[in-house]
Amino acid sequence: MSDVTTGILTALGGVGTLAASGGDAAAHAPASGGALPAASPLVLLIPLLPLLGCVLCGLCAAAGVRTKLPAWLTVACLGAAFVAALKMLGDATGGPGTHATIAHAFDWFRIEWGKGPGGVSRELVANFSFYVDTLTCLWMLFVTGLATLIGLYASEYMAGERGPGYCRFFAAFNLFVLSMSCLVMGDNLLLLYLGWEGVGLCSYLLIGYFYQKPSAVAAAKKAFIMNRIGDLGLALGIMLTFVKFGTVEYAELFERIRPFVELARHGRFDEIPFSVQLIPLLFTVGAFGKSAQLPLYVWLPDAMEGPTPVSALIHAATMVTAGVYLVARFIPFYVCSDLALPVVAWVGTLTALTAATIGMAQFDIKRIMAYSTVSQLGYMFAGLGVLTSTGAAFHVFTHAFFKALLFLSCGAVMHGFGGQLDLRKLSGVRKMPGWGIVGVCMLVGCLNLSGFPLLTSGFFSKDMILAQAFTTPGFAAIGWILLLTAGLTAYYTFRVYFRVFEGPSQFEPGDEAHAHADPGDQAHAHAPAGHAHGGHEHGHGQGHGDGHFHPHAPGWAINTVLAVLAVCSTAAIGAYFIDRDHHGWVGRMVDSSTAAWEAPGAGHSGAHAEPPAETGHGAAPGTFLGMDPHAVMYYVSAVVALVGIGAAWWLHLAGRTAAATSRADGLLAAAGPVARGAQGKWFVDEVYDALVVTPLWVLAHVFHLLDKLLIDGLVNLAGWVPRGAGRTASTGQNGLLHSYALGMAGGLAIVLVVALFMVKN
Amino acid sequence: MSAILAQADYPALMSAPTLFHYLVVSAFMFGLGLVGFLTRRNLIIMFLCTELMFQAAGLALVAFSRFHLNHTGETFVIFVLTVAAAEAAMALALVVLLFRRKETLDAERWEEMRG
Repeated sequence: MSDVTTGILTALGGVGTLAASGGDAAAHAPASGGALPAASPLVLLIPLLPLLGCVLCGLCAAAGVRTKLPAWLTVACLGAAFVAALKMLGDATGGPGTHATIAHAFDWFRIEWGKGPGGVSRELVANFSFYVDTLTCLWMLFVTGLATLIGLYASEYMAGERGPGYCRFFAAFNLFVLSMSCLVMGDNLLLLYLGWEGVGLCSYLLIGYFYQKPSAVAAAKKAFIMNRIGDLGLALGIMLTFVKFGTVEYAELFERIRPFVELARHGRFDEIPFSVQLIPLLFTVGAFGKSAQLPLYVWLPDAMEGPTPVSALIHAATMVTAGVYLVARFIPFYVCSDLALPVVAWVGTLTALTAATIGMAQFDIKRIMAYSTVSQLGYMFAGLGVLTSTGAAFHVFTHAFFKALLFLSCGAVMHGFGGQLDLRKLSGVRKMPGWGIVGVCMLVGCLNLSGFPLLTSGFFSKDMILAQAFTTPGFAAIGWILLLTAGLTAYYTFRVYFRVFEGPSQFEPGDEAHAHADPGDQAHAHAPAGHAHGGHEHGHGQGHGDGHFHPHAPGWAINTVLAVLAVCSTAAIGAYFIDRDHHGWVGRMVDSSTAAWEAPGAGHSGAHAEPPAETGHGAAPGTFLGMDPHAVMYYVSAVVALVGIGAAWWLHLAGRTAAATSRADGLLAAAGPVARGAQGKWFVDEVYDALVVTPLWVLAHVFHLLDKLLIDGLVNLAGWVPRGAGRTASTGQNGLLHSYALGMAGGLAIVLVVALFMVKN
Repeated sequence: MSAILAQADYPALMSAPTLFHYLVVSAFMFGLGLVGFLTRRNLIIMFLCTELMFQAAGLALVAFSRFHLNHTGETFVIFVLTVAAAEAAMALALVVLLFRRKETLDAERWEEMRG
């Protein structure tokens, strides 16, 4: 407890210093703790509307609705939430200052246990309140916006499930947006944790949507358990935060961390208590679990068992960025540890590289997209680690659009071709009738992901991270690895595009009844028989084998959503050029929130700022081969992306005549064990199996045996002893008068003998 | 104390019966009854044997009562006799009923009350 007191007293001192430091600081720092101005009550609509949608979908299920009503209700609720988010953004950026505001819904936790030393009351306060600053707005904007669009897409995609399953899907979909808004908007760590667990639950529910399919159930469990490991870290971090700082409310926390940030700024890390430095590391564990980083990333590729809209929304665009949000939100905590940010940077970088190498060798297009998500999340963490929270947030923002676009395009293909996802069995889809929009949208998505120069937002966001990696001293190696990864990303992205959408038109429909061609892959067919999506509605997926299969081109809902997303992905470039003073619109949003790592009032040069000496990594900014990284990185990353795309073109499109073969096949053989390793996902699952799953399995069986033999044995013994005793004694009750008499006589004799001995002695 | 006790000494002659004699007779009667109860099967004989054991106990009580010049034992025997009389009426009635059931007095035939 004395630690807490010291922390509070130091924090109080810190507030005093802050007040003295003057005007400019106040403009960028949240106002003093506990006294933040109230936000417009409209903010409360953002979590409330998805809740309403969730309840309505539940009612639809109860009423036995078999139309698309749940989808329209969802789209309406989420669309309204998006409008509320826009209003929230307007309020947050419209005023003169950019103070954080708080929208209070109701009191949630208020536990007091007397007064501590110095009259500070010891209490745990966690309200259902929402902390609105520009970072919150940024996140909620794309969460609600994408959720609306993907809900519209799902209305058509899930049409084959109409009935209870449709209601269940959209109820969980709404619940996810509710949880995500608690996570992002919560004004305290407990509410964040509630949302954190809530999105995990929704992820579990939606991955396991086809609950009759064993692989989907296994994937759902894997995702849930992997996330639990990370969540443990986050929970410990929250507890430690409360013990050290005596509060879990952001407004207070960011005031109380300030003295430590000052210490860190001057490189005096040895004066910061170890436990304070431990907090960011514990948060990092949680972030790595949720955002699928090494070593906890293996759940994300398997999560593709869920319906594609879920993969697009939860496992690509929004939920998996929760880890990035956590780190960005708590940048002041991360600055207080000289270990935390380098760990984040290195793990992110290695994840980016590992996932990219695996993605290069997979054949399942959805799975390739999953690995690219892992890889891009790695980029974001690397961005955070190399001190460009702006770059990371910008990449989150652009990635949300183009990755949703890519997933939804892949989903449209999967939907139309009876669940076919193998890129060796699809070719030239773009030229088939009705597939033009999907083809163009996929191209836009692929260009963004590979960072095609100038035309794509992905190019600018990735460039921001790359340039900062070379600028920040000590992180040049990370820059080089990320540059290599960018090339690999361009290659595997266009490998998918050139194989599936270009070249000669050929296809082989997927079918629930057929085993997937890639034995290492679980079948991505929609559902087992009886649950067959689309089977009754569209007739696709049935004709396979007798030659009557016709690809089912997407309808207006899917095409509209894809087109809107393609436009959004491209329009996101605008965010880079608006407001150049603040290094782009996203830069302004980040800098006026707690994610800004610069000294308040140190001027706004954004991500390309001179790296501050207080990071403790040396003073001089790094260079890229002796040049200013910011000046040349545009050209370098453009060249890298074009080389990757060119390689994909040469290996997978030029001169290809069939869907199944390409020039790359020869290369695969030449690469030998490397290619096999990448194809086998570096056998990480197998290693985990051997190191964790199997020992635990053995242990579980040992405990099971112990339970069966020892515990059950003891319980049974307690039952058997009286039973055996009764059975033995009952043989004496033979109904013969003489034997009873004999017993009595014998007893009398014994009493007599005993009495005799007692008398004699 | 011993002066007021009758026949306190061991008998000098066989002429006067002492406590010892009574107890021997009592023990003999009890043993006879016990052996009879254990060995015979006829319910009436077995009942008679229990009466024999009763009376053996009564004899011992009376003998001790006389020996200690204390009338409690004698009083008790009167109660025992009363109870024994009532019990005899009950038992014989039971024996009659049992006999009517199975036309035999063999105790071994009644073994339905097994555990």
